[in-house]
Amino acid sequence: MSETKYWTWHMAAGVVIFLLLGLHMLVMHLGGWTHLFAPFGGEAVSRDNSLFRDGKLFFTATYILLLGVALYHGLYGLRTILFELTLKPAAEKAVTFILLVGGLGLFGLGTWAAIVVHAAAAAARG
Amino acid sequence: MADDNKTVRDVKFHVTRYNPETDASPCVKTYTVPVREGMTVLDGLHYIKENLDASLAWRFSCRMGICGSCGMLLNGQPTLACNTQILHIAETQLTVGPLPNFEIIRDLVPDLMSMFEKHRALKPYIVRADEAEVNDPAGEFYQTPEQLEAYLQFTYCIKCGCCMAACPTLATDARYLGPMPLSAAQRYNQDTRDDGRPQRNQVTGSAHGAFRCHYAGECSRACPKGVDPAKAIQHLKRRLVLDYLRLARRKKACQKLHGPGQGQPPGNIPAAPPRTVTPSA
Amino acid sequence: MAQIKRHDNRLGLWGWLGGGRWGIERYAYILHRLTGLGVLFYFLMHIVVTSLRAFGVYLWIEGGVFHQPVFRMGEFLVYAAFAYHAFNGIRLVLVELGFAVGAPIEPVYPYKTSLNVQRPLLIVMMILAAIFLAVGGYEAMGLAK
Repeated sequence: MSETKYWTWHMAAGVVIFLLLGLHMLVMHLGGWTHLFAPFGGEAVSRDNSLFRDGKLFFTATYILLLGVALYHGLYGLRTILFELTLKPAAEKAVTFILLVGGLGLFGLGTWAAIVVHAAAAAARG
Repeated sequence: MADDNKTVRDVKFHVTRYNPETDASPCVKTYTVPVREGMTVLDGLHYIKENLDASLAWRFSCRMGICGSCGMLLNGQPTLACNTQILHIAETQLTVGPLPNFEIIRDLVPDLMSMFEKHRALKPYIVRADEAEVNDPAGEFYQTPEQLEAYLQFTYCIKCGCCMAACPTLATDARYLGPMPLSAAQRYNQDTRDDGRPQRNQVTGSAHGAFRCHYAGECSRACPKGVDPAKAIQHLKRRLVLDYLRLARRKKACQKLHGPGQGQPPGNIPAAPPRTVTPSA
Repeated sequence: MAQIKRHDNRLGLWGWLGGGRWGIERYAYILHRLTGLGVLFYFLMHIVVTSLRAFGVYLWIEGGVFHQPVFRMGEFLVYAAFAYHAFNGIRLVLVELGFAVGAPIEPVYPYKTSLNVQRPLLIVMMILAAIFLAVGGYEAMGLAK
């Protein structure tokens, strides 16, 4: 039954990513049309525009949320693909453990970086 | 009418042969079969056995698409040999192979035990909370046509294994339950006479259960009886999620009848005409 | 069971990629897997690269390593993969929760399956993905202002 739990959250995460990553795409890849959250003009990914977003609590919070949700969704998807290769039960446990540890590690890294740059950008704004 | 027995054309049958006692691996042998209008692949195999190669082995029984014995891979599609007319699927070349995703016992004979073991693990029978009722029934269960319709489609399964052969997940995951067992589970879960859903959920909700289905839909395309196992599995997933979130509606207990006159007849049945024959005393 | 030698007849990975003529839903499933793996692979690198900005290293801006055209093209491919994966994913969320597949019916030959019922949804999602792709492609070529 725990697989039901993982899968339900996988679906829910997918819907959340659709919205948040869709917003991320509107900012980054469709910025030429939307000019969302890129007040310094030019490319949406320029240093000034990046720093602008990093300094905003809305972006830091949604980046961390998107990071967590996307890591869960992506790594559960990878686990699904690997589980369909008829692994031994011990190998299945190992895969789950490695993906969990790797996912938590990357989440920690990304969250730490987001908070650090947010604090720095907020301090620079004064 | 006199033209019915005329050969339309010759079709080359490329049949997979495998004898475990002499062969290391399967090979393909070609036979030329004169095909008449209306001839099925099963007829073609009989022609080969009677006239060309008596050592060919395959399963068949009813020859009318109801027993599920003659499932095989015809021109890359898993289907019943008795249900498939040669001229409908082949011009001059026809490949005949055993159902994939099963071990081959010999020639075109697959070992379906893996499918049946998975089927058995899902308790494909009415499971009631009151065991005494099952063993010593006191009356019959009442089911409305709507309640029957909720699972009737999934009762038409003939266990031919074509859906299992078509499934992409089963191609690599030997532990995946597969479309046939999962739709059998859904058939019993949806039956109002059954109380076994929590027990079946333990198996269908496991790591190689319903969630390893990704709706490729090949099972429903292959099914020769219109069972639509893909639909059954999606409904099964929905029920698993609702049970996990504790949002499942409480099922009304199936009404039991004890003797005649206890059902609720629908109101639109006309009265019986008067008797024309007096029963003898 | 008597000990008769068996020959394992699983299609293996060929079953994922080949093994017969298929319906469009199966190709949609294959593409969903490939785009998912592609986006995941990019995403794991993306986390590391963007986390480097905490050390003041911005590899993706003008002059950085990842600002080269080949990487910009790769980013568009990731965007395309996301577009397909997202819209097909929404279709799968609806289908796998039983919303778009229809109720059990009495099967009457020629059989209409749940595949027929969800086909319009598949087409709508593919059109939306194509629109997303076209808009993004237009911008990626530097034509949007």
